[in-house]
Amino acid sequence: MLAKRIIPCLDIRDGQTVKGIHFEGLRQVGDPVELGAKYAAEGADELVYLDISATHEGRRTFTDLVARIAARIDIPFTVGGGIASVDDAGRLLDAGADKITLNSAAVREPALIDAIASKYGSQFVVAAIDARTVDGRWVVTTHGGRRPTERELFTWAREAVERGAGEILFTSMDHDGTKNGYPCETFARLAELPVPIIASGGAGTADHIADVLTLGKADAALAASIFHYNEIPIPVLKQELKQRGIAVRL
Amino acid sequence: MIAVVDYATGNLRSVADALHRAGAEFTLTADPALLRTADRVILPGVGEASSAMAKLRERGLDAVIPTLSCPVLGICIGMQLMCLTSEEGDARCMGIFPTHVRRLAGDTPEGGRLKVPHVGWNTIEGLQTPLFEGLPEESFVYYVHSYAAELCPATIATTRYGEAFSAALARDNFFGTQFHPEKSGPTGARIIQNFLNLRP
Repeated sequence: MLAKRIIPCLDIRDGQTVKGIHFEGLRQVGDPVELGAKYAAEGADELVYLDISATHEGRRTFTDLVARIAARIDIPFTVGGGIASVDDAGRLLDAGADKITLNSAAVREPALIDAIASKYGSQFVVAAIDARTVDGRWVVTTHGGRRPTERELFTWAREAVERGAGEILFTSMDHDGTKNGYPCETFARLAELPVPIIASGGAGTADHIADVLTLGKADAALAASIFHYNEIPIPVLKQELKQRGIAVRL
Repeated sequence: MIAVVDYATGNLRSVADALHRAGAEFTLTADPALLRTADRVILPGVGEASSAMAKLRERGLDAVIPTLSCPVLGICIGMQLMCLTSEEGDARCMGIFPTHVRRLAGDTPEGGRLKVPHVGWNTIEGLQTPLFEGLPEESFVYYVHSYAAELCPATIATTRYGEAFSAALARDNFFGTQFHPEKSGPTGARIIQNFLNLRP
């Protein structure tokens, strides 16, 4: 039975792990390779590393970090943040990343999804979509949720898949950092797309994660602070999901 | 010497990293002479089957690999290229394993539809051969694929995703896994170690 995936997300700035609360007030929580290895040993099914470095130096450090992660970690990992060209994607593939996320750059230049997917395969491309509700409508945002765009969530998600994205990683900016749970109805609608959906933003309890994997029909749940601050250790989370009848890898 | 076949299909990195973690020395090569003298050969592969097969042919490797007598392990597309044919790009493959590779239908017995590609951790069952020594039934391994080999007498492990398919194949000295042992945590590390321990 295909297991639902639990994915810790590590935000990286200048080669170090940080976690943003609403992407503001950054605080450091540990060495990225060691933290990733710890999560893998605890039963994480996959890891996501997001580079939030603002500088060229920071990005180069990140590529070196990706190579160190690949050498050490024996589960799949995805990297993202600031990927804006086929070359950026190729550099991270060469460094050992299994997948990349495309976010703002794909919104700006949707053909980037086609270009990367046709060169490296759809399995390599995760479309990361941030959106918030404005007058009852889900509006896609960029730049960590700060900039609203003209795009509507479901239309954009479908377009991303048609262009070759192999998975969708959706973050509700209304819920991110709140620990009040995920918007499950929205995820259930996204789940009609023919690719796996990764739910992000809003997990505060095991029930929230169970809900998004069942009611929300998500294939995977991604979270950061509940793992970084050990509020719900991964083995505890997986046991709780199993008790609720959800297929997990133990 | 362990030879990892480098036929320009991209990502050899994860296999190389896994061999490093296993403490194994290896060479990346497409040289038929080196493959003939190797005591282990690994055929990785990502991408599309017919173009991967074309790259093997360009290097004359499609004629060499089936004649090898050392333990050979194909991973993912590498395993698919060792079957008779693949529906992906209508490829004629090396014919080592007596089975055909077809697109996953994704139909469930209950009439539902599963997502294709099949991405994530799934269980392997009916484990046979020393490749799975020390591993319990229903161990989890990591998959990313849209095509799979049908069940056949060479099937040594199965996975169900809608229908059951060959999770792994073996014939004589040839082995193949549809899943990625190099990305399957301690279970995958054990499978790689078991392959390295096989007697030539």
